[in-house]
Amino acid sequence: MQEQDLAPPVALPTLSPAARRRQVKEKAIAALITAVAFTGIAALVLILVFVAKEALTLVTDAAAREEASFSKMFLPQMVRKGRPLGYVWQPVSGVPKVSMIPLFIGTLKTTAVSMLVAVPLGIFGALFAAEFAPRRLREILKPTIELLAGIPSVVLGFFALMVMASFLQETFGFTSRLNAVVAGLGLALAIVPVIFTVTEDALTAVPRSYREASLALGATPWETAWKVVLPAAAPGILAACVLGFGRAIGETMIVLMASGNAAIVSWNLGDSVRSLSATIAAEMGEVVVGSPHYALLFFIGVELFLFTFVLNLLAGMWTKKVIQRLKGGAG
Amino acid sequence: MKKTLLSSFVAFGLAVLPLTAQAGTVTVKGSDTMVILAQRWAEAFMKKNPATKIQVTGGGSGTGLAALQNGTTDIAMSSREIKEAEAAKIRARNNAPPTALSVAKDGVTFYVNETNKVDALSAEQLKSIYLGDTTNWKDVGGQDAPIVPYSRENSSGTYVFVKDHVLGGEDFAPEAQTLPGTAAVVNAVAKEKNGIGYGGAAYGKGIKELKVKKGNESFAPSAENVKSGKYPLSRDLFFYLGKPPAGEVKAFIDFALSAEGQAIVTQVGYFPVK
Repeated sequence: MQEQDLAPPVALPTLSPAARRRQVKEKAIAALITAVAFTGIAALVLILVFVAKEALTLVTDAAAREEASFSKMFLPQMVRKGRPLGYVWQPVSGVPKVSMIPLFIGTLKTTAVSMLVAVPLGIFGALFAAEFAPRRLREILKPTIELLAGIPSVVLGFFALMVMASFLQETFGFTSRLNAVVAGLGLALAIVPVIFTVTEDALTAVPRSYREASLALGATPWETAWKVVLPAAAPGILAACVLGFGRAIGETMIVLMASGNAAIVSWNLGDSVRSLSATIAAEMGEVVVGSPHYALLFFIGVELFLFTFVLNLLAGMWTKKVIQRLKGGAG
Repeated sequence: MKKTLLSSFVAFGLAVLPLTAQAGTVTVKGSDTMVILAQRWAEAFMKKNPATKIQVTGGGSGTGLAALQNGTTDIAMSSREIKEAEAAKIRARNNAPPTALSVAKDGVTFYVNETNKVDALSAEQLKSIYLGDTTNWKDVGGQDAPIVPYSRENSSGTYVFVKDHVLGGEDFAPEAQTLPGTAAVVNAVAKEKNGIGYGGAAYGKGIKELKVKKGNESFAPSAENVKSGKYPLSRDLFFYLGKPPAGEVKAFIDFALSAEGQAIVTQVGYFPVK
């Protein structure tokens, strides 16, 4: 590549040596930046390949196929003699029980609680900061909420475990102190700043002319914010929610500390839950390398990756549609 | 000249290496429960006797006893008693029965919140609670309140101990919340009025150690009760030897049973035998 550039075709003999040097330098810098960009992609692909490779034992190894077949992961299994079939996660046992269902439900419950709290809080907080807050208040508000994003998740988990859990149990009378609500609220603390920051950026990026046009047509500031600015920033807001969701589904420490980690099949938010990510963190420490249990934990990692991947894909498709509609409306 | 020098070095090395490998190394293999304990003993022992090298590896009690039958380890660590078939093989190999030495005791303590009226439970009641069959404190002599059981992560040795010795190998109820470490369980039970948890000996605020009922008596998980074997939820941790202890093996075992060695037992979280 570079040699080709160094030997210029006959058509370009007019370049001065200095200009040519500059051109070479430019090319080199461009190549470097491209390489850096591809390192990111390569890292992503390699991580997926290595995680999937460890999980592949579940398919290739006969013993693992027997112990953790897909039907055992996703269909109800015999748990105890004389009891109805059920979904149980007990991978360390005489007869390992490896149902993914309680873990899915656990992740779904904590993620749902956190999103239900964090999405409105983050979006309305950002709307207030971007549209209504006086300048001085905004200058305090924004860095303060962003500071929340800098708190290590283990500290948030500790707070949820020690303070929030007792308070919520006294207030709502939960049977188990650590449950989906506590973990979900702890998670919300971690993702509110993510949603707030990205949404706020999306709202401020809406052109001033939109607002001016809306106000000139007689809309109140609230109508302007709600009906003009918010829809115009919809793709950015969706990106904020997807980022928040990705953080919520993968966040480990808060859930590990505050959820109680009992793999129960129940839709009651007051019950303890065990999430996919916390399961990996809790069990990876002592698992026998290469065993079916080990492969299962990697398989959970692949599942988490797929969830966020599919969600990102869907969000991307939806964003494209929205942008097209916005353009169509304007043009 | 060079060649002879080199070959003399090689000859010297060949003559000396196997000698040092055999004379200075004691291999200890077996129970994963005992690996950390044996490792600590080995570290302290090697600090005092730099000439001896102690190699500690895990793999499980069965692995250690199998290695003893094959003569590939000096000491087998086991958290269970040797089986008759295993002992017979060692007898056939060495023309002598294996030597068993109890070097430490392992026990599990159950805790409840200090406000709980229940002071003692039988092993059967504990089993029923952790299998999820008993779910209310009033069924075991407490007040009318749901039982909130706490367990440990399945990577923990205590988890396996309770599963084997209390639950008879059956699975924990899914409702049992799993926490990392004895400290986390103690903390959770201290904050949860209706909680019950288990772990090593712990002295925390807000919790009460449960006594375990056996017949008409109930025993607290004290060091004396564990040492005497009266506390039902305890077991011996053994060193098994193919032949009577001698030389460096004997020195290492003597160290493990010395006051200093037994102090390490307490540090690691088990109960001393002496």
